[in-house]
Amino acid sequence: MNLFESIMKTIYVIWYRELIRFRREKSQWAGMVMQPTLYLVFVGTGIASAMAFRGLPDGVEIDYLTFVYPGIIGMSVLFTSMFSGISIIWDREFGFLKEILVAPVPRWAISVGKALGIATIVSFQAIVLLALSPLAGVPLTWKAALGILPICALIGFSIGCLGIAIAGRMESLHGFQLISNFLTMPMFFLSGAIFPLHTAPDWLQWLMKINPLTYGVDALRNVIYDGIPTALLMVQHSLAYNVTVLTLFGVVTATAAATAFNKTE
Amino acid sequence: MTILHVEDIVKKYGDFQAVKGISFAVEKGEIFGFLGPNGAGKSTTIKILCTLLSLTSGKAVLNGFDVSKETLKVRQSIGLVFQDYSLDDRLTAEENLYFHGMLYNVPRELLRERMEQVLKMVDLIERKDDQVRKFSGGMKRRLEIARGLLHHPKVLFLDEPTIGLDPQTRRAIWNHVINLRDEFGLTVFMTTHYMEEAEHCDRIAIIDHGEIVALDSPVSLKAQVGGDIITVKTNQNEEIAKLIQERYNLESKLEGEFLRLEVQDGSSFVPQIVADFPGAILSIHVHEPTLDDVFLKLTGRAIRDELISEADRAKQKVRSFRKGKR
Repeated sequence: MNLFESIMKTIYVIWYRELIRFRREKSQWAGMVMQPTLYLVFVGTGIASAMAFRGLPDGVEIDYLTFVYPGIIGMSVLFTSMFSGISIIWDREFGFLKEILVAPVPRWAISVGKALGIATIVSFQAIVLLALSPLAGVPLTWKAALGILPICALIGFSIGCLGIAIAGRMESLHGFQLISNFLTMPMFFLSGAIFPLHTAPDWLQWLMKINPLTYGVDALRNVIYDGIPTALLMVQHSLAYNVTVLTLFGVVTATAAATAFNKTE
Repeated sequence: MTILHVEDIVKKYGDFQAVKGISFAVEKGEIFGFLGPNGAGKSTTIKILCTLLSLTSGKAVLNGFDVSKETLKVRQSIGLVFQDYSLDDRLTAEENLYFHGMLYNVPRELLRERMEQVLKMVDLIERKDDQVRKFSGGMKRRLEIARGLLHHPKVLFLDEPTIGLDPQTRRAIWNHVINLRDEFGLTVFMTTHYMEEAEHCDRIAIIDHGEIVALDSPVSLKAQVGGDIITVKTNQNEEIAKLIQERYNLESKLEGEFLRLEVQDGSSFVPQIVADFPGAILSIHVHEPTLDDVFLKLTGRAIRDELISEADRAKQKVRSFRKGKR
């Protein structure tokens, strides 16, 4: 038996399953497009007409919609990847997880396949969300459009792994709601997606700095504002710095996900 | 040839011993059954043999591989059908098989052919492109058996494979299993608490409280009981039990409102007892010993009773839960 071949086949087939299931879940598609659109159009427009950013150089104005657009992409990627990762609980509930766990393959390969599947799905999602850029007043360059995909894939992979790591250790569906409320929501609020980090009070800034999604959103701003140099004033760190932090986060969550199923009672 | 050798395996959960030192061997091509009430340790043992649970002590060797050390090789050697369904119901029948084939590294050039072969075998070839959620319970089970055979395992494990299925489907599944054994020399290891099903096995291990209390062919097990089983309902059970003891030197056991007797030859005993107790006998019933009788003889309890009390307990739980809610 060729172990390498077996591992590659496992990763491929778990990835493929993720895509098939996604393709068949038509309601999920609608949600994926509707939610960010609603946020951008209603919440974004509402807030944009009520506020202006403090501390900008004279004569520079940044539309809130332009500011929040990368944040909304980050939010969509966060929600999709976290829920997809946690969907392993459903597999446990409906029995399919057992079929995978008794297969003659190392279990980490299962987590890797799943996380890659999630990364692929959120990349698709990002492509769809590019269509919202005119609404946000962001002129997209090719460089920006292409830059978004790998960043979303990286965020999706890391957060997906986090979801898998949590779900793999959870025995029942009870914890599901808890996690979605007490992990996903703060991660979104404190990511700099809806308000900038540098004007927040110190204690809030501190919380935002330990939130890995902050660096994801900042990375997205880095590439998306390629065509509007003034908006780059809203960016905190360099792209390289953001990607490094995200990669480290991904390594940690991937390790946690890889060992999620190692336990034999 | 011995395909599965189990030596003194023990499984402890804290202080509780779920499996208390079980030993047995299964020959290639055998249909081997584990029979016992719920909670006897059947599923625990199967999980240990399938590498899903670790064992506390002892040793099990399957197809030449140590169950606790060479887990991947053991998994490659076995097919599994679980008590609960384990298909992805959003995928089609064919996709479920394809995924399984990939996970078990079935060579690509063989996979298509084998998928078709097993789908035909379980009579699902025409439904191969349907999503599994549209399948009935019996169809799902058949598909799981097909899937379990796709990678040509040496041993097929069936954990309560026909639970909740109608008698017709149950029979069909058994025909498949017996065919597989006859045609391919497949070894089948199964657990059940249906007596009728256990009859199909070549050998049965009766398991109770984590121990094997008997292991033999169904015929020999039933021969242990000896003769026929007679259940009588009388107007004076206790009195008559005493008289039966005196007159025929037969031990009788009170079961509900019935007296239960084991006699050598039921057909000659019935007219005799009816003649000896005129008017006292309200009903009388003769049957050949079943595996349930064997279990009763060995443990002093009927498996059926256990099942009933299990159901009662469940009801009780529901009731107390409801009360608690109020």
